[in-house]
Amino acid sequence: MMHIPCPWCGARDENEFVCGGTSHLQRPALDVSDEVWGAYLFFRDNPKGVHLERWRHVHGCGQWFNAARNTLTHEILSVYRMTDPVPQ
Amino acid sequence: MKYSAWSLLRGALGGHRQWPPAWRDAAPKPRYDVVIVGGGGHGLAAAYYLAKNHGITNVAVVERGWIGGGNTGRNTTIVRSNYLYPESARLYDFSLKLYEGLSQALNFNIMLSQRGQLMLAHSRHDLDSMSRWANAMRMNGIQAELLSREAVAALAPVIDLSPQARFPVLGAFMQRRAGTARHDAVAWGYARAASALGVDIIQNCEVRGFINEGGRCVGVDTARGALRAERVGIAAAGHSSVLAKLAGFRLPVTSYALQAMVTEPLKPLLDTVVISPSTGAYVSQSDKGEIVIGAMLDLFPSYAQRGSFAVTQAILAATLAIFPSFSRLRLMRQWAGIVDVVHDSSPIIGPTPVPGLYINCGWGTGGFKAIPAGGWTLAHVLATGATHPLAEPFQLGRFVSGRLVDEAAASGIAH
Ligand SMILES: Cc1cc2nc3c(=O)[nH]c(=O)nc-3n(C[C@H](O)[C@H](O)[C@H](O)COP(=O)(O)OP(=O)(O)OC[C@H]3O[C@@H](n4cnc5c(N)ncnc54)[C@H](O)[C@@H]3O)c2cc1C
Ligand SMILES: [Zn+2]
Repeated sequence: MMHIPCPWCGARDENEFVCGGTSHLQRPALDVSDEVWGAYLFFRDNPKGVHLERWRHVHGCGQWFNAARNTLTHEILSVYRMTDPVPQ
Repeated sequence: MKYSAWSLLRGALGGHRQWPPAWRDAAPKPRYDVVIVGGGGHGLAAAYYLAKNHGITNVAVVERGWIGGGNTGRNTTIVRSNYLYPESARLYDFSLKLYEGLSQALNFNIMLSQRGQLMLAHSRHDLDSMSRWANAMRMNGIQAELLSREAVAALAPVIDLSPQARFPVLGAFMQRRAGTARHDAVAWGYARAASALGVDIIQNCEVRGFINEGGRCVGVDTARGALRAERVGIAAAGHSSVLAKLAGFRLPVTSYALQAMVTEPLKPLLDTVVISPSTGAYVSQSDKGEIVIGAMLDLFPSYAQRGSFAVTQAILAATLAIFPSFSRLRLMRQWAGIVDVVHDSSPIIGPTPVPGLYINCGWGTGGFKAIPAGGWTLAHVLATGATHPLAEPFQLGRFVSGRLVDEAAASGIAH
């Protein structure tokens, strides 16, 4: 069971949260090609390693936040606000 | 060596000490016609059909660990063809038909047991959606039946059918040709038959890169040296994106852990597969007697083959709600495999953006049943360069055109 550090509530069990998938995706303009739109909707890096992703503390404060998490070890390297820039 | 009642008898007389290995554990050669990355069911089946259907035997299957050690050896072994759309029905029923003749074709007992699969309805809505589903199957020429509560009671009395059950059973939907097969035997049977036709099966050999010359893939770099090939196929399930990255493109795939578990063995008490889509529980009894319990996905990206305790707990609770008498059983093992989930829960079998490089992936939670068809159609495109008609709807291009084959409804549960 992962302990996920909610930025507002502190570390809680993983089953209080839902994962909202890859973060920092930018919706392209509406007049882009089908290739660009398809890439936005469906194609992902799906890394084995650090993944920047959205989580929501759904059975807690209800807030969304971002996490940098390792998909192989499940280690959470950092959590940050939805509007924060991509961490270095 | 051909297996038969006679060879078994001879083996018995010799104390079973003279059986030769079922396949050659080959060392890599520098050059092949075709190299397949991934020694799971799909990769091994593709190698077999390359040799069998197309006469191409200078083939290597390159496996990072041991064959069948990925999802093929970790799955709950349910085979069926109860899909919603004609494109999927054609593909999966072709697969089930190949399974029906596979023990004979491979001369290896894959222990196919067509014990049927019961899909439980717990609400009026479930009943309606199941009759839609069964009708769609019949329209596609695949047998399906709706069953009353009484018929469910006769087939599987171990289910809690009392009116005060937490999830009352109102009826069910059944495909009688569905069932289970021995997962390891499917991998070993294809490996043995492919090896006998000349295919090299190379284990403990991780692919670490693709050799690219003039924009074309002409081989793979491995832990045990470079292997050149006319064409390369990837069949790496949850690791498809990792390999695609090495080749320089992305896939519409997310990798998740899917877990399963087994209890201590019991005397026979359940001779059909039971799925309860609305609770997420699905259960069958193995030939050894263990109750095999499958879960829903751990819903966050993962490459860790262990599975989260939160999901283990949820699936056991759901299972006990349907089968209260299992509450005294002890769990023997729990594990997970990394599955390759795409948006429409349908596979991808065809060319990649890199010429010479082909892929079979996207089976997600349900590709064991599809191993014969996935291998057959990947072999076809590797041998001829042309997409097999059954695989035409299942190309990467659908994620650009928007022509998805959205089976998420039919495949929404892990199986
Ligand atoms: C718990 C669980 C239950 C399931 N239940 C069912 C079910 O009941 N019915 C059903 O139809 N399906 C089920 N599935 C899905 C099914 O198991 C898979 O879809 C199917 O086995 C995929 O086969 P494959 O050959 O594509 O992948 P795999 O068997 O995973 O083979 C891929 C192979 O590629 C190798 N590989 C990866 N990277 C590299 C590399 N760089 N170099 C070399 N080799 C590499 C891996 O080691 C692995 O052996 C289940 C899956 C799981 C995890
Ligand atoms: Zn919180």
